[in-house]
Amino acid sequence: MNAAAAPLRMDASHGRAQLQVALVGNPNCGKTALFNLLTGTRQKVANYAGVTIERKEGHYTAPSGRSVRVLDLPGAYSLAATSPDEAITRDVVMGQHMQEAVPDLIVCVADATNLRLHLRFVLEIAQLGRPMLLALNMMDAARRRGIRIDTASLSQMLGMPVVETVAVRHGGANALIERMDSTQPSPLAPRPSSLAALPDLHAEVRAILAATVSIPRRTAAVDDAIDRIVLHPVFGLAILAVVMFLIFQAVFSWATPLHDGIADGIQAAGNWIGDTLPAGALRSLLVDGVFAGLGTVLAFLPQILILFLFILCLEESGYLPRAAFLLDRMMLSAGLTGRSFIPLLSSFACAIPGIMATRSIPDPRDRLTTILIAPLMTCSARLPVYALLIAAFIPQRTVLGVFNLQGIVLFTLYVAGIVSALAVAWVIKRLRRDQSEHALMMELPSYRMPHPRDIAIGLYERGMIFVKRVGGVILALTVLLWFLSSFPAPPAGASEPAIHYSLAGMIGRALHAIFSPLGFNWQICIALVPGLAAREVAVSSLATVYALAGEGADSGLQAVVASQWSLATALSLLAWYVFAPMCISTLATVKRETGSMRNVVVLAGYLFGLAYIASLATYQIAKAIGA
Amino acid sequence: MLLSELAMGASATVLEVNDNGPGDRIAQRLRDLGFVTGEPVRLVARGPLGADPLLVQIGYTRFALRRAEAARVTITTEAAA
Repeated sequence: MNAAAAPLRMDASHGRAQLQVALVGNPNCGKTALFNLLTGTRQKVANYAGVTIERKEGHYTAPSGRSVRVLDLPGAYSLAATSPDEAITRDVVMGQHMQEAVPDLIVCVADATNLRLHLRFVLEIAQLGRPMLLALNMMDAARRRGIRIDTASLSQMLGMPVVETVAVRHGGANALIERMDSTQPSPLAPRPSSLAALPDLHAEVRAILAATVSIPRRTAAVDDAIDRIVLHPVFGLAILAVVMFLIFQAVFSWATPLHDGIADGIQAAGNWIGDTLPAGALRSLLVDGVFAGLGTVLAFLPQILILFLFILCLEESGYLPRAAFLLDRMMLSAGLTGRSFIPLLSSFACAIPGIMATRSIPDPRDRLTTILIAPLMTCSARLPVYALLIAAFIPQRTVLGVFNLQGIVLFTLYVAGIVSALAVAWVIKRLRRDQSEHALMMELPSYRMPHPRDIAIGLYERGMIFVKRVGGVILALTVLLWFLSSFPAPPAGASEPAIHYSLAGMIGRALHAIFSPLGFNWQICIALVPGLAAREVAVSSLATVYALAGEGADSGLQAVVASQWSLATALSLLAWYVFAPMCISTLATVKRETGSMRNVVVLAGYLFGLAYIASLATYQIAKAIGA
Repeated sequence: MLLSELAMGASATVLEVNDNGPGDRIAQRLRDLGFVTGEPVRLVARGPLGADPLLVQIGYTRFALRRAEAARVTITTEAAA
C-alpha cells in the first residue's frame, strides 16, 4: 500500500486548501456524536448512489480559517465487510469507492473503555498506510472507571497521533480540532519492530494494551447491575412490556391530537384561501388537492417525531439492542430478528414511521422482510373504517358475561393482521434465494445517558427525510387523485353526486366487475379510489358517493350503510381493509426506504392478492351461511 | 466443549473458531470480534425463550450470539480461573 499523503484539494471559495476527513470506527464508539460535535447543524444527509445507506457529510471552519469537510462513514468491525454498510466504509478507506474521493486524513474513533475490540480495527486500517489519527473517545467514562491510558506511548506504538475526545461534552473535540489544524496529514511513523514479529492483529492489540493501558475491571459495575435486571427472563420482559406500552400509547394517543390539529389547521388555511378565490377548478385544486395533500403529509409528522424521539433515546441509551436480545428467539421463529420488533410495533400506529424505523436492522434481508410485513399491522387509519362498519353491523352484545361483541370483532381484526404478517414473513423466508444463515452477533454496548444534541439532530434528520423525499410523492399523488375525482365535471342537470361522473367514478364502476364477487357495490368501488390517498379518506368518500355532506354525515352514513348493505358485504370490506395496500403514503415510503420500485410492486401485489382472497372467502362463506 | 454448552455465569478460554463450511463469514466475523485462541469468555445472560440467544462477555465487550453462532467456538474451562 502506498504511504504517500493524498494531495490537498483547493477550496474554490477561499483559495485555501480544504481538508477532507473521514471518520471511521466500530459501531458504538461514539463516532456520530463526535461528528455532531464537530459539524453541528452543518450536515448534509443523503444516500450513497444505488444503495439506501445514509451518507452523512458535514463541514466546519478550523481556527486557522481552513475549511474541513467531514465524512461520517458507517460503523464497521472489520474491513472484511459482512453488510452493505461495512462495504461502503471499506471501499472509501481503501480508495475504491466510485463516487467518494480518497480522504486526506482518516480519523479512527475508538471507545477508550473498549480498546481490546476497537484497536484491532485501528490496526487493520493502519495496514493501509494512509495518513491517519486515533481519537480516543469517551475518555470521561474511561477515567470514571479508573482506566489509565499512556497516550504518548500508545501513539508511538501505533505510529500515529493520538488525541483524547469526549464527544458528549461541549469543547470535547478541541484537542482533535487543534491537532488536525496544526499539522498536515502525514504517513504513519515507523512502529516498534517487536510488534511486526507478532502473528496477527489480536496479538498486537494484546501487546499494545499490556504496554500502555491499565484497566482495573473488565466491565462497568453499573452495566452489570442494570443488565442483571433488564435481561432477566421475567423482569426483563416485564420492563420491555412497559416500555413498549409507553411508546405505543405515546404514538397512538399523544400524536393523535397533534395529527388532528395539523390536519384541521391546514384544512382551515385551505378553506381560507378557497374563500378568497372564485369557485372553480383552481379553487378546488388548491383546497381539495394541494392543501389536502399537504395536510396528509404534515399530519404524519407528529407520529414520526414522537416515535423517533423514543427510538433515538432507546438507541442512544443502549437499551434497543437489549430489547432485541430479549425478543430475538421469538422473532426468529417467524423468520425475523429481534430488531424487527420495534418497527413492527410502531406500525400499529402508522406503517410510515415503522418502515422508517427499520433502519436499525443491519441485515438487509431481515430489513426488507420487516418492511414488507409492516403494512399488515393494523394502523390507526384503519380505525375509522372499522368503527363505521362495526357500529353499523355488529350488535352491542355481551358475550360470555364480560366481553363486548364489537370489541371482539375489532380484536379479531388486529389478530388477523398479526397472524398473517408472521405467515408472510415465514413464506418470504422460504422463497428467498439466499438461504445463508442470518447472523445476530450483536454488541450490547455500555449504558449511556442520551445527549440532547444527538437526539435533536437525529429527529431533525428523520423529519426532513420524510417531508422532503416522501412528502413530495404523497403531495403529487394526492393532487392526481383529486384530478381523478373532479374531472370531468358532471353534465348539466346531473342527478347523481359529482364524483359519479368523474374519472374516479368511471374507474370505480369498472372495478365493480372485479369486486362484485367480493360483495362490493359500485358505491364502495368508487370510494376505494380516493381512499388510496389514506385509508380513512374512504369513509368520507363513501359519504360523498351517497351524497351525504356536512354535519351529521357520519351518523347518516352509518344508517345508510346499515340499511343498504348486507352483513356479508360489511364483513368482506373489513377483511379487505386488513390486507389491502390502500395507502399511497406507505408505498411512497417503501420506495424511498428501499430505493426499489420492484419492492413496491411486490408489496402492493401480494397485499392486493391477500385482500382479494380474504374478502372473497369472507363474502362467499358469509353468504352461504345466510349472513 | 462448545461455547454454546457453557453454563450460565461460567468462564472459559477460547480454543478456536471452526468454519461451518468454506468461506464461513460468520466464523470470520467471530474471529474479528476477538474470539481467538487464549481469549477469556464468560456467559453473562441467556434469552428468555429457549435460552437463546446467549450473551457472551469477551474482552470488555458483550455480544449476543445465537446458539448456532456460539456453537462455532470451541472452548476449554480448564485454564480459566
